[in-house]
Amino acid sequence: MKKLMIGNEAIARGAYEAGATVATAYPGTPSTEIVSTFADYEGLYAEWAPNEKVALEVGVGASIGGARTLVAMKHVGVNVAADPLYTFSYTGVNAGLVLVSADDPGMHSSQNEQDNRGYGRFAKMPVIEPADSQEALDFTRLAFDISEEFDTPVMLRVTTRLSHSQTLVETGERVEVGLKSYKKDAPKYVMLPGFARLRHVEVEKRILQLKEYAETTDLNRMEWGDKSIGIITSGVSYQYLREVMPEVSVLKLGMVNPLPEKLIRSFAAEVDRLIVLEELEPVIEEQLKAWGLKVEGKELFTLLGEYSPEMIEEVLLGVSSGKGSGLDQEIPPRPPLMCPGCPHRGVFHTLKKMKLHVMGDIGCYTLGALSPLDGMDACVCMGASIGMSLGMEKANGEDFARKVVAVIGDSTFVHSGITPLIDVVYNQGTSTVIILDNDTTAMTGHQDHPATGKTIRNLPTRKLDLPALVKAIGIEHVRIVDPLQLDEFRQTLEEELNRREASVIIAKRPCALLVKKAPDKEFYVDPELCKSCKLCIKIGCTGIYWVEENRKAVINPNTCVACGLCPQVCTFEAIKIVEG
Amino acid sequence: MPKQTTNVLIVGVGGQGTLLTSRIIAQVAVQMGYDVKVSEIHGMAQRGGSVVSQVRYGERVYSPIIKKSDADILLAFEKLEAARWLDYLKPGGKVIINDERVDPLPVMSGKLKYPVDIDKRIANLIPDTTIVDATRMAEECGNSRAANVVLVGMLAAAINIPAEEVENAIREMVPAKALEVNLKAFREGQKYLSATLNRL
Ligand code: SF4
Ligand code: SF4
Repeated sequence: MKKLMIGNEAIARGAYEAGATVATAYPGTPSTEIVSTFADYEGLYAEWAPNEKVALEVGVGASIGGARTLVAMKHVGVNVAADPLYTFSYTGVNAGLVLVSADDPGMHSSQNEQDNRGYGRFAKMPVIEPADSQEALDFTRLAFDISEEFDTPVMLRVTTRLSHSQTLVETGERVEVGLKSYKKDAPKYVMLPGFARLRHVEVEKRILQLKEYAETTDLNRMEWGDKSIGIITSGVSYQYLREVMPEVSVLKLGMVNPLPEKLIRSFAAEVDRLIVLEELEPVIEEQLKAWGLKVEGKELFTLLGEYSPEMIEEVLLGVSSGKGSGLDQEIPPRPPLMCPGCPHRGVFHTLKKMKLHVMGDIGCYTLGALSPLDGMDACVCMGASIGMSLGMEKANGEDFARKVVAVIGDSTFVHSGITPLIDVVYNQGTSTVIILDNDTTAMTGHQDHPATGKTIRNLPTRKLDLPALVKAIGIEHVRIVDPLQLDEFRQTLEEELNRREASVIIAKRPCALLVKKAPDKEFYVDPELCKSCKLCIKIGCTGIYWVEENRKAVINPNTCVACGLCPQVCTFEAIKIVEG
Repeated sequence: MPKQTTNVLIVGVGGQGTLLTSRIIAQVAVQMGYDVKVSEIHGMAQRGGSVVSQVRYGERVYSPIIKKSDADILLAFEKLEAARWLDYLKPGGKVIINDERVDPLPVMSGKLKYPVDIDKRIANLIPDTTIVDATRMAEECGNSRAANVVLVGMLAAAINIPAEEVENAIREMVPAKALEVNLKAFREGQKYLSATLNRL
């Protein structure tokens, strides 16, 4: 029987069936489940790498070494891995390598919505785009063959909606392709100028061969219907289109780089009006325009966000399905927020009270930027906080730096916080860096990393010692403190900020969702003592809420995990413990 | 097998267990031989944000997401979320609302008001609305955390999918030690909605 699988599971399955024996990734929504699923297949190698660049480099080594290899990351992860990627495109592979780029149109869980099909064009490598889980499986399998046939890494580009939609999949058998033999071949794999110049010739030949391949591959298919409109599309947009316009003629591209020019021209010749339907950037449209084809695209469809069936219906058919429910009512928004008991809350509460300039980073703690904590001045990409804090200091001077902190999670620090910390030491910055060590990669669903001491399969491994690492870099002042002990935390922070030397504070407490045992105490607000000041409400915990009728705070015993933060915030000692 | 696609929109607050509900319903639709697509939310919104799962089944399903004004049924784990997603209900569609209030941050901090009568207002607008205290019912079955399975029971009765199939799916997806409570919760939910339907 067919099985439901999210796109990410299907990709893992496809790699498994293709005989891949190595898979590597750094977790990132919407890509995380790809390699975590691959790790469920026994006897194969799967790992969480410290970051995407390392993941790809491990993949390059495995491919050159002869193993079919799957590497997965979110779209912005490919930026981190871009350096090895561009040159790996020159060397080519030994055994097939498929790099999954999971893009996030609509930014469900990302800081930008870049379109990674662009990488395919720049790196001159094939980009394959499935439109449902079955295709995710089949295309992944095929991508390994393409990789080996054309001696190139292949990008499998998916989007959140594909990664996280379940559709029916018919699985197949694994083929044991075995290891390819490894032979030293320096001119192919050592990219110094003399060799690289020769490889570039191969890359240009390869892309022409791939263009020919694109003309005939089953990845691209024409579906003839009403010829008054012909639409070129790919990925999940194809499904939206089919949903609202089942009769229209479609050229569905499964290979979006390089494009099949002859196929597209023959399709264009048959239809009265040619339209390209693609989320985000006009990657396909601009190439068609460069060929002199008359085509419509972004004048009809937005560059912004995720598409939907009703949006396509509205643009192409002029019907608007969203008539509205008739409920005439403002609905308060529900932004995501930190969990009750989250250790980050103690940090951001303190940063706010101290009115500091906070250079932030990527993780659950980015939520500290939102009201009521309002605790972040800037957040750009993984690892940026530390470099930004040094830049702030170099721009504004050491006195200003007494008001600046960098805040970065443990997993993010390992990902890309180490080199900027070296810069702080090397260039004599006086930054204060807080590493929020919650012992996990929380936001993406609690994956392990080098500093948790566990592998992707939850097996023990040598644990990266963060304090020792930081000291070895040359930070002399390393403090470890519980962020939910407010007085101690604040005092430590004040001392380190005042010190005109670089220091690191490790705010150490496990993520509240990792704490499995039920709380051993319960809190309640004594209404007699509560003076209605709302201080406890301003920490933004769903364990405690405001009742307007009697103007008192109340603890919700179903959500409060008794972390003990709000009692420390209340100046009237109105929040009491029931031991038990 | 009906040609038409059935669209089920399941909404709630991150952490309430909407994913299990959509996965159970989808699994049943698979067992019944339908083409099925499900869209889920992972990542940041799961941290207490507004979440939605969409289940579509029928002879041939293309889009994994439901169009506005096209959901046959809206199952809300929380009252405010029912209101937020009401635009997705088709005319004549059904609404099931769990009588649970989870204040979003702007309400908790007193910046905005929670529209307390929101479920009543929806019921006034949409004739086929059922409001249920699934958490209390689940508590009576032995564990308040089975509220999502009470709601599965109601959903099954509302869209008319066979109970045995759902029970099989629950057996597959729920850990053994929680199975009894969950099966009971499912049956209670189913009974509750059937009784409500008979009253109409
Ligand atoms: S998952 Fe962990 S780190 Fe993230 S908000 Fe919740 S408690 Fe905090
Ligand atoms: S003790 Fe206070 S801050 Fe901690 S979880 Fe409970 S309500 Fe939230």
